[in-house]
Amino acid sequence: MRRRPIPAVKPADLGEALRYLAEGGKPLAGGTDLLVAIRKGTENPPFLVYVGELPELRVLRETAEGLEVGAALTHAELLAHPATARFPILRQVLATIGSPAIRAMGTLGGNLVTASPAGDGLVALYLLEARVRLVSAAGERELPVAEFIQGPRQTALRPGELVRALFLPYLEGQPLSFFRKVGRRQALVIAVASLGALVWVEGGRVAQARLALGSVAPTVLRPREVEQALVGRPVRPEAWADLVPLLCAATQPISDLRASAEYRRKVAGRLLLALAQALARPA
Amino acid sequence: MRLRFRLNGRAVEVGVPPGRRLLDLLREDLGLIGTKEGCGEGECGACTVLVDGKPRLACLTLALQVEGKEVLTVEGLAQGGKLHPLQEALVETGGVQCGFCTPGFLMAAYALLLVNPRPSREEVRAWLSGNLCRCTGYEQIVDAVLLAAERMRDARA
Repeated sequence: MRRRPIPAVKPADLGEALRYLAEGGKPLAGGTDLLVAIRKGTENPPFLVYVGELPELRVLRETAEGLEVGAALTHAELLAHPATARFPILRQVLATIGSPAIRAMGTLGGNLVTASPAGDGLVALYLLEARVRLVSAAGERELPVAEFIQGPRQTALRPGELVRALFLPYLEGQPLSFFRKVGRRQALVIAVASLGALVWVEGGRVAQARLALGSVAPTVLRPREVEQALVGRPVRPEAWADLVPLLCAATQPISDLRASAEYRRKVAGRLLLALAQALARPA
Repeated sequence: MRLRFRLNGRAVEVGVPPGRRLLDLLREDLGLIGTKEGCGEGECGACTVLVDGKPRLACLTLALQVEGKEVLTVEGLAQGGKLHPLQEALVETGGVQCGFCTPGFLMAAYALLLVNPRPSREEVRAWLSGNLCRCTGYEQIVDAVLLAAERMRDARA
């Protein structure tokens, strides 16, 4: 366990931050994941570059097509900002992260870069088909979130590159949103399995559905075959029963100290029925 | 680095490695041992302090992150030798046994009452969910926060 202070710098602006990153520094924003990993010794960067207060990473901008969210905005700031009201799923998910203190510290960009298969924020980003805006000395580039995340704790981030913002395209219509995670303690829980969904319902039937599962595969998973099979189904649990095995089969869970693979798979299937029940309940 | 910030209402300037934990800065360098280290990884809430009015875990905060900020620790709650209403209420309801988690609970509760002076029991429980106590079992702590909130409202009225 590391006890000595890690070298750290606070750059005056984005340009200076990018120069430090090019020298091998690792960006620090909220610190809720990174500082734990450093203390445990699973991360050992040469030095940290504090980017949490750079104005470029703290923008919240509504455009005609969507919302640009600065990577260093905290979960609590996003929950409180009126602009996120257009994305109820984002608020639903963020409200379950950690505890009030963790939400006041942790950032959406940090949640992304940590790339945990259990990252709650990622479930919302996959459902919203967010795009990741990256900046480096070489310029800007943009990637869909599902391409940016490459595996457990693996991203497409290149050396010297920084996540500047996330772009959330506005959704058409008014989908119903759902998020539930199963874990062993309500606060600060690392999910055993989670399911988030956006479901467009017309005349009591599913017109379109997006599902995202957390903690049951190397990355957050969009079970496309289940999404497609849901189209046209009545919003009743009994009309979805045959999709439970399909969903379970789509998962690739592991066994770890929190739960067995078998249990995770079962919980994922059960969450699909919980979604159907939630949708069937009159609002 | 020469770190400048405000601590419990007072301007402080101190030489500190920028990557030193705020928790160690407070306890080891500045002698404010009210803030406790429990788990050291953000699960227990014992090291909760306020930074610019918002709850933060001092074990997961580096010194450079409080540059120019206003930090409030449990030592800053009592004023003029008189306990803060939250502290008085905790004593009265029996919400303190070993006391190790108490500063963290106090700071989390203080942060709640800043944004919500009239919390429901459920809101208090949800807000304190990041703080662990192994002795009292939470009910008396929640009672204390509700009691203090009521008294603070009365005092303002």
